Amino acid sequence: MLRFLVRRVLGAIVILILISAVTYFLFFALPADPALLSCGKNCNPQTVALIHHNLGLDQPIPVQYWHYMVGLFAGRDMPIGHCNAPCFGFSFANQQPVWDIIKDRYPTTLTLAVMGAAIFLTIGVGLGLISAARQGSLFDKIASGISLTGQSVQIYFIGPLAIYLFADNLGWLDRGHDVDWAHNPVGSITGMILPALVMSVIFWSNYSRQTRSLMVEQLSEEHVRTARAKGMNWRYVFFRYALRGAMGPIITIFGIDLGSVFGGAIITETTFGLHGIGNLAVAAVLQTDLPLEMGVMLFSAASIVLFNVLIDASYAFIDPRIRLA
Amino acid sequence: MTTLTQPEGQASPQDAGAPFLSVRDLYVQFATEDGTVKAVDGLSFDLERGKTLGIVGESGSGKSVTNLAVLGLHNPRNTTISGEIMLDGQELTGAPNRTLEKLRGNKMAMIFQDSLTALSPYYTVGRQIAEPFRKHTGASKKEARDRAIEMLRKVGIPQPQTRVDDFPHQFSGGMRQRAMIALALVCDPELLIADEPTTALDVTVQAQILDLLRDLQQETGTAIIFITHDLGVVANVCDDVLVMYAGRCVERGSVREILKTPQHPYAWGLLSSIPRLSASVDVPLQPIKGTPPSLLNPPSGCPFHPRCAFRDEVDGTLCQDERPPLVLDHGRGSACHLAAEQKQSIFAERIQPLLGRAG
Amino acid sequence: MSEPTLSGEHSPEPAKPNLAKPAAERPAGEPLLEVSGVTKHFPVLDGFLFKRQVGAVQAVDGVDFDVRAGESLGLVGESGCGKSTTGRLVTRLLEPTAGRISYRGQDITHANRKELAPIRSEIQMIFQDPYASLNPRQTVGSIISGPMEINGINPPGGREKRVRELLEIVGLNPEHYNRFPHEFSGGQRQRIGVARALALEPKLIVADEPVSALDVSIQAQVVNLLQDLQREMGIAFLFIAHDLAIVRHFSQRVAVMYLGKIVEIGDRADIYEGPRHPYTHALLSAAPEADPDDDRERIRLAGDVPSPINPPSGCRFRTRCWKAREKCADVEPPLVRLHGNGEGHLTACHFPEEPTTAGREQDVILDPALAAIEEA
Ligand SMILES: Nc1ncnc2c1ncn2[C@@H]1O[C@H](COP(=O)(O)OP(=O)(O)OP(=O)(O)O)[C@@H](O)[C@H]1O
Ligand SMILES: Nc1ncnc2c1ncn2[C@@H]1O[C@H](COP(=O)(O)OP(=O)(O)O)[C@@H](O)[C@H]1O
Ligand code: SF4
Ligand code: SF4
Ligand SMILES: [Mg+2]
Ligand SMILES: [Mg+2]
Repeated sequence: MLRFLVRRVLGAIVILILISAVTYFLFFALPADPALLSCGKNCNPQTVALIHHNLGLDQPIPVQYWHYMVGLFAGRDMPIGHCNAPCFGFSFANQQPVWDIIKDRYPTTLTLAVMGAAIFLTIGVGLGLISAARQGSLFDKIASGISLTGQSVQIYFIGPLAIYLFADNLGWLDRGHDVDWAHNPVGSITGMILPALVMSVIFWSNYSRQTRSLMVEQLSEEHVRTARAKGMNWRYVFFRYALRGAMGPIITIFGIDLGSVFGGAIITETTFGLHGIGNLAVAAVLQTDLPLEMGVMLFSAASIVLFNVLIDASYAFIDPRIRLA
Repeated sequence: MTTLTQPEGQASPQDAGAPFLSVRDLYVQFATEDGTVKAVDGLSFDLERGKTLGIVGESGSGKSVTNLAVLGLHNPRNTTISGEIMLDGQELTGAPNRTLEKLRGNKMAMIFQDSLTALSPYYTVGRQIAEPFRKHTGASKKEARDRAIEMLRKVGIPQPQTRVDDFPHQFSGGMRQRAMIALALVCDPELLIADEPTTALDVTVQAQILDLLRDLQQETGTAIIFITHDLGVVANVCDDVLVMYAGRCVERGSVREILKTPQHPYAWGLLSSIPRLSASVDVPLQPIKGTPPSLLNPPSGCPFHPRCAFRDEVDGTLCQDERPPLVLDHGRGSACHLAAEQKQSIFAERIQPLLGRAG
Repeated sequence: MSEPTLSGEHSPEPAKPNLAKPAAERPAGEPLLEVSGVTKHFPVLDGFLFKRQVGAVQAVDGVDFDVRAGESLGLVGESGCGKSTTGRLVTRLLEPTAGRISYRGQDITHANRKELAPIRSEIQMIFQDPYASLNPRQTVGSIISGPMEINGINPPGGREKRVRELLEIVGLNPEHYNRFPHEFSGGQRQRIGVARALALEPKLIVADEPVSALDVSIQAQVVNLLQDLQREMGIAFLFIAHDLAIVRHFSQRVAVMYLGKIVEIGDRADIYEGPRHPYTHALLSAAPEADPDDDRERIRLAGDVPSPINPPSGCRFRTRCWKAREKCADVEPPLVRLHGNGEGHLTACHFPEEPTTAGREQDVILDPALAAIEEA
């Protein structure tokens, strides 16, 4: 298991290095000159040259990349001042360290993603389990009917609808606001319920369908039959044997979906006017704030890769065939 | 038309006295997209305590379906079961799930063919063995674990104290099948159903397992239903044999009767199509022509008639039209329209020479 | 689907069309295939970061045998002992790690594709699984004519005519030329596999468990078909099976394998009536016989076959052998003709058994569970 994990972590590191390199070269090797972008309206050649030098853009790209990577781990001195590790540089727009900006915004996105995932896993898997337990029942038929239409739901369509209904009219839930775990932990949760719910809706149908079919498959497995033949009651067998078997594949599907989960969180943020990573990325792109764009990209990629490693670890943990390999 | 005047396999007066397990007119049908599969079609048999009944037949003849019906493990959603299954005086068909759950793994237990898929990969072998013991005896965790170790020792797992915490994939095929036996026997069942328990094993391991089952049975007096397609295995472990074809019993008798003086053309076919270690190698094998029938649309009359080499010796079109009843005398009989004398003479003159016994 | 009539019954009069030139009465022929010291080790790769070889599956380890023209050599042994690997080495689907394989005197051990081409048509293979070994999207006709096309063979009268003949030879209806494999039963598919193997008029067929996936009642149909091919067309067979009785029925000579080695080889009678190697005794004694009066010796080994990754030193059978002594761990027993053995009957054992399978005074029971119960 340890070997497996170490191998996965090393693999993740390799992937991260690749991602960072590709991202870096894409951004800084593009024909668009970042110096021009950052120097504003009244730009003259001297300023451009100065900015070039200040940004280190007069050096070969691999050297620039190397400096960037060193900065990430050790911090670096930049013309504007010292940039502490992890250093993603300074924003063109407001000269703040990119890392500080991300640190400020990421908790909102993460909370939304985690709460959303928790909700859609509970609801989606739950519906799937009920359908599997009552195959062919009215519930099963309705659930599969809803599943078919559920997939075409769009966040920016149901988001405003939900705000209108649950927040403004019924007043049951908060409209959604940014998290602030340090000062207002309770509000951080309650303020995120509505956005998380809305975000989770697009995943329900997929997870209920997948869970249902995985469970149907598991229920016809021989080891499930053996458990029945031992006299264990149906409910016990359903959860301890069949669900246990279906868990691995569900986790795998979740791992594959991670990117979409963050994507969904970002769309939801925008819909709810929350200030998370998505909102930040949009702003960075609009202002062609290259260091910020680069930082957001890299950081998001890194967090997805890390979550994937966690998911692999949990998979290994629940399957002794991998754990003991 | 298939006509059946009286229920088959009626106990003759000599067989009186309630047997330990008695199956009467068992029908099991599955609703599938292609139609109704008549997997078991009017099967009756009895089994006494301490005895082993072998059920032989080709794949798809309904052996497993019969025994899953005894345990009540079919999915009621697409399965129709009718008939009577009496275990020790208790009716099992239509019995509520709670009743069956109390019996399963306790009074009646089952061993499956493929121990790799039949054991859960997620729990230790010890836990899987201890589980039914706790459920049925109310034992504590510790007691159940000790019991699991004891069972593993009994079936010959080396170092049971440590192996009890292994997962199934850490066992070899033979050890897994032993663990499966330990699991089935943990509550001292009175009825054990073994569904091809050695088919997936190597011969030397198969021999160990077969002997183990036989020895354990002598110790505990368990009644065993032993499902197999291998007549050699039957000779090794069974007292009585039921030959199944297309969901029906075509012949029943003691193991000696079935192997030495079979009466049904299908049994003749089986015996003369297998090579033996003791037979002369110059006698060619005599295959059964054709292939096993589809149970979606089984042949009319005698289900074996499309493949039977002797149907011309029966008057008219009886074989095609009328289902031959299984008439038992002292637990022995065959479902075939041939007259008793015909069966005897055909076997003696035409079949026995094919069995090519060298000695 | 209407069942095509199966001509599986063993008809004494060969009513088969165009069975290529009838072979001379069972030629005690010249060696067709000679295998000496052939070894196949599959590397076991592992490592923390980079895969490197940490060991080897010694699937086949120095086997010697030959197959003579027109005869059938049976290869028996338990699962994983290297039977299929041997078969695939002989047909050169695998490249040997060491040793020498020659076909009709020509060394083919490391022959490349081009050098093998003419020989490929003479050595054909039939596989165990009649479901997996036929391409489901090809018609029976194109499956069977495939080998002819690849080898550019144009039989007189055309390939289609030849395919129809072949279908008839294996007992299928020639009208089924255009059908697909899924329209056939297991036994019929195995016949299609046989027809494909016959398309190039092979001299040697390697049959890897050709009947073990089939129903009992169907096995005999295929065994008889193969037997006809051997007898009437003089095709030699390397017949791989784990069923001892089928091998005895089909093969004039038999080799017994254990963990990658041949432990005993000899004529049918040598192996089945006068075996010397303890493993051969154990294997025969374990083979179930459909006879309630069976009174052969009873030997029950303990445990399963060990892993071929780290096989025991010396004699590989020693961990399960009741006669094992120190020498068995130190010295690998050579495969030799023992005193009292007939010609060509070779055994690899330091302390061989008596050449009989009759019941013993004392059963050999090594299984601890059996021993415990039976003592009580
Ligand atoms: N490609 C391969 N890579 C690694 N190991 C292999 C490979 N092919 C076979 N082996 C191993 O070599 C050994 C011999 O395998 P082989 O298939 O020859 O056995 P066999 O005697 O035919 O067994 P069976 O009766 O199960 O068919 C086994 O331990 C098998 O796992
Ligand atoms: N759940 C099921 N649904 C439909 N058909 C089934 C089901 N289980 C078994 N059958 C069919 O019932 C017949 C008997 O099967 P089975 O008892 O498993 O045969 P065997 O004698 O090999 O044990 C076969 O034709 C099989 O395909
Ligand atoms: S009843 Fe007729 S067809 Fe059936 S087995 Fe007897 S002789 Fe053959
Ligand atoms: S050499 Fe030794 S261990 Fe091997 S079979 Fe002979 S007696 Fe047994
Ligand atoms: Mg079965
Ligand atoms: Mg093989």
